[in-house]
Amino acid sequence: MNTHDQDHQQTRMKKLLHEALPPVKDDAEPGRDLWPDVLRRLVADTASSGWAWLNGAWFDGALLAGLVGLVAIFPSAIPVFLYYL
Amino acid sequence: MQNGASDVLNQFRQGDVDAFEALFRQHQRAVYGWILRITRDSPAAEELTVETFWRIHRAHARFDPAQGFEGWARRIATRAALDWLRTIRTRRMESEISLEVCAEAAAPAAADPAVTAEIRRKTALAFGRLPPKLRIASTLAVVEELPQKEVAAALGISIAAVKLRVFRALRLLRKDLERQGIRP
Repeated sequence: MNTHDQDHQQTRMKKLLHEALPPVKDDAEPGRDLWPDVLRRLVADTASSGWAWLNGAWFDGALLAGLVGLVAIFPSAIPVFLYYL
Repeated sequence: MQNGASDVLNQFRQGDVDAFEALFRQHQRAVYGWILRITRDSPAAEELTVETFWRIHRAHARFDPAQGFEGWARRIATRAALDWLRTIRTRRMESEISLEVCAEAAAPAAADPAVTAEIRRKTALAFGRLPPKLRIASTLAVVEELPQKEVAAALGISIAAVKLRVFRALRLLRKDLERQGIRP
């Protein structure tokens, strides 16, 4: 197939596509105010990130408590921990 | 006025919610219209407008006021719409239904009497089967007839890449229609 044929077919396909799918009107606008939805999403996001911080803090605390407990039971492990720090 | 707009952009960059709302009010229609052009589905465009502004807010610290808000928002909206197209491609039936509605809506405006309603419907359905990246490029450049420079900026690719995607989309579409016995 030569370049001319290809161009011709591309033009025909573009025309057919235009017939099948009309362009969206320029004055299209949402059917409702979307700001409350955006705000709700932001609030949910803030709340979940707050919980994530809390979960992280809880985990750090538990890890530290475990470490302190381990060191209290096995004081001889202190140099080993210091070595790996 | 220019200073006021610049202040709003700077305040938004610092995470000010009032400035964000002002930008939302100013740009929501443009963002919605842009997404609707890509998805051709009003409820999805509304949802994706919310998603886009949520992504915009999340990325506020990375916003460069010197680059302007509209182009940045458009790129984020395009990515959100692309994600949506990828999702619905796996649920093809939904896509076909919405495109079918588009094809029916196009029927009265059809200029060429040789192009029957059935051909229009099959073309719209075949279009829905295109890979999302090719579909977006051809929707914006061919259906909406937007300048290729604008399409390239929104997709974050070169003009040559837009031309290539359109070329590949039309070739795939032609092959799909030929398989159905339609010779465009």
